[in-house]
Amino acid sequence: MGAAIEFQHANFRYRDVSVLTDVSLRVEEGECVAMIGPNGGGKSTLLKLALGLLKTESGTIQVFDHAPHTGCRLIGYVPQHLHFDPKFPITCMEVVLMGRLDRLPWWGRYPAADREIAHESFRRVGLTGLEERPFAALSGGQKQRVLIARALCTEPRLLLLDEPTANVDLTVEERFVELLEELRQKITIVLVTHDLGLVERLTDQVICVNRRVHRHRVSDLDGDTLRQIYSAELREQHFGSCGCPPVTAATPGT
Amino acid sequence: MSAFLREVFTPGSIVQLATLASLIASVNFGVVGTYVVARRITYIAAAIAHSVLAGIGFAVFARAHFGWDWCVPVLGAIVAAVVSAVIIGYVSLYLREREDTIISVVWAVGMSAGLLFLYYSPGFNGNLESFLVGSILYIAPADLWIMGALGLVVVLLCLFFYNPLMAVCFDEEFARLRGVNVPLYYLLLLILTSLSVVLLVQLAGIVLAIALIVLPAAAGLHATGKLWHAMCLATALAMIQSTLGIAWSYSVEIPAGPAIILLSAASYLAVFGWKAWQSLQASSSLTRRS
Repeated sequence: MGAAIEFQHANFRYRDVSVLTDVSLRVEEGECVAMIGPNGGGKSTLLKLALGLLKTESGTIQVFDHAPHTGCRLIGYVPQHLHFDPKFPITCMEVVLMGRLDRLPWWGRYPAADREIAHESFRRVGLTGLEERPFAALSGGQKQRVLIARALCTEPRLLLLDEPTANVDLTVEERFVELLEELRQKITIVLVTHDLGLVERLTDQVICVNRRVHRHRVSDLDGDTLRQIYSAELREQHFGSCGCPPVTAATPGT
Repeated sequence: MSAFLREVFTPGSIVQLATLASLIASVNFGVVGTYVVARRITYIAAAIAHSVLAGIGFAVFARAHFGWDWCVPVLGAIVAAVVSAVIIGYVSLYLREREDTIISVVWAVGMSAGLLFLYYSPGFNGNLESFLVGSILYIAPADLWIMGALGLVVVLLCLFFYNPLMAVCFDEEFARLRGVNVPLYYLLLLILTSLSVVLLVQLAGIVLAIALIVLPAAAGLHATGKLWHAMCLATALAMIQSTLGIAWSYSVEIPAGPAIILLSAASYLAVFGWKAWQSLQASSSLTRRS
C-alpha cells in the first residue's frame, strides 16, 4: 500500500517564527497513528498543511500522491466541536450532509443517494434518530460524533481528528474509543490528542510534534523521552521566564 | 382601519403602493436577514446601509452637475452597496484581524461622502430625513418594479445556493475542504445582503433598514432551530408587521418606518418572552418530577 500522508523536508514559518523545521514523515495507508506534542508545538499547523489550508515554505507534502489541496477531498476532517458558533441554526442531518458538498448537483439539493450515505454515517456513530435535532441542542460528546459522521459521509480514505476528546467526559470517551477501534479496521486514522491514555488504547504508533517531528512506538516512550518531547523546548518557550516548576507543569496526561 | 383597507384596495393609491413594496421587501427581510443574523454579520449590514448614502448622494450630484438624468438615486445606492460589500468581504476574508476597523471606515466614509455630495448639489430639494427614516409613502410604481426584480433575484439566489451558503456560514474551513469556493459564496452573501439593504433603504430609510433586516430574522431564529423554517417565519412576521405598521401610520398619521420598527421589536420581544416562558415551564416540570 502507498502512503496516505507524506512530508519531505517540509518547513513552515509564521512571520519570522519557525513553526516546523525539516519535517519528514510518512503515514502508510491503513495505519492508525496518534499525534502528540505541546500546545504551540505545531500539531495544528501540521494538520493544516496536510489539508492544504496552509502552504509550506519549502519541501513537499503529498496526500495519497496528490498535492494537499486536491488530496484533501480524500480526507475526512473532524475539527474540535468548540470551534463552532454554539447557536447556529442547523440540524444534525444538514451538518452531516456537508460531507457531500463536493458532489452537490447544480440544482443545489442533495439527491436521495447522498441522504442514504448520511443515514448510514449516523448509524455508524450510533446516533440514528438524532437526524432532525438542532446541532446546537446536543451535548459535547454527541456533537463530536456528528462531526465524525460528517467526516465519514465524505467516504474518506483517511480520518483526521483534532483533539476529539477535549472537553468530553469519561463515559463519552469510552464510547469514543470503541467507535475508533471499529473504524480503524477500515480506514487510515490520524488522531491529534493530548490524552496519552487514549493513545495507548488505540495504537502503538505516535508522531511527536514539537517544531521537529519524530515517530515513536508508544512502548518506547518512557518518562525521559516524553519529558524531552514535551518539556524541553516548552520550558524554554513558556515557562522559562515565569519561574513555574518546569517538569510537572509540562508533563501531559499522567 | 376601514379607511386603510379601502385605500389598500384602491388601485394605484399611495397606501397600496407602500403596502406592496413592504410585502416584496418582507421576503428579503426574511430570507437574507436570516443568513445575516445566523452568520452574526449584522454590523456589516449596518455599515453597508450607511454607505449607501454615498451612492445616493453621488447620483443626485451627477444629475445636478453633469446632467446625467439616467443616474437615479436607486442606481447610485445599488452601486455603493455592492462596492462596500466587496471591500468589506475582501478584508474579512483576507485580512481578518482588521475587519472591524474597515467596517467602521466604510460606514463613516460612505456617510460623509454622501453628505458632501448632497451639500454640493444645488438642485437638491429632497430632505435628508427621508433617506434616514424612509419615505415609504412616496414610492412610485417604477420603484416597485425595480424592487420586485431585485427582490426576486436576491431570493432566488439565496434559495438556489441554500446548501453551500449555509455550509459557508456554519463552517468555512470544512466547506473549503469539500471544494466549495468559500470566498465566492461569502462575497455573494454580502452582495445579496447589500442589495436587500438598498431595498430596505427605500422602505424604511438608512437608519431603520438595519433594524428591519435583523428583527424579524432574530425572532424567527429564536423560535426555531432550522434555517429555512426561520426564513419562512421571519418572512411571515415581516409581512404582518409592515402591513400593520403602514395601517397604524396611516390611521394616526405618524411616520411609517418607525411604526414598522416598533411593531417588529414588539414581536421579537414577544417571541423572546414566549421561549423564556416555555423553558421555565420545562424546567419546573422537571423539578416536579424529581
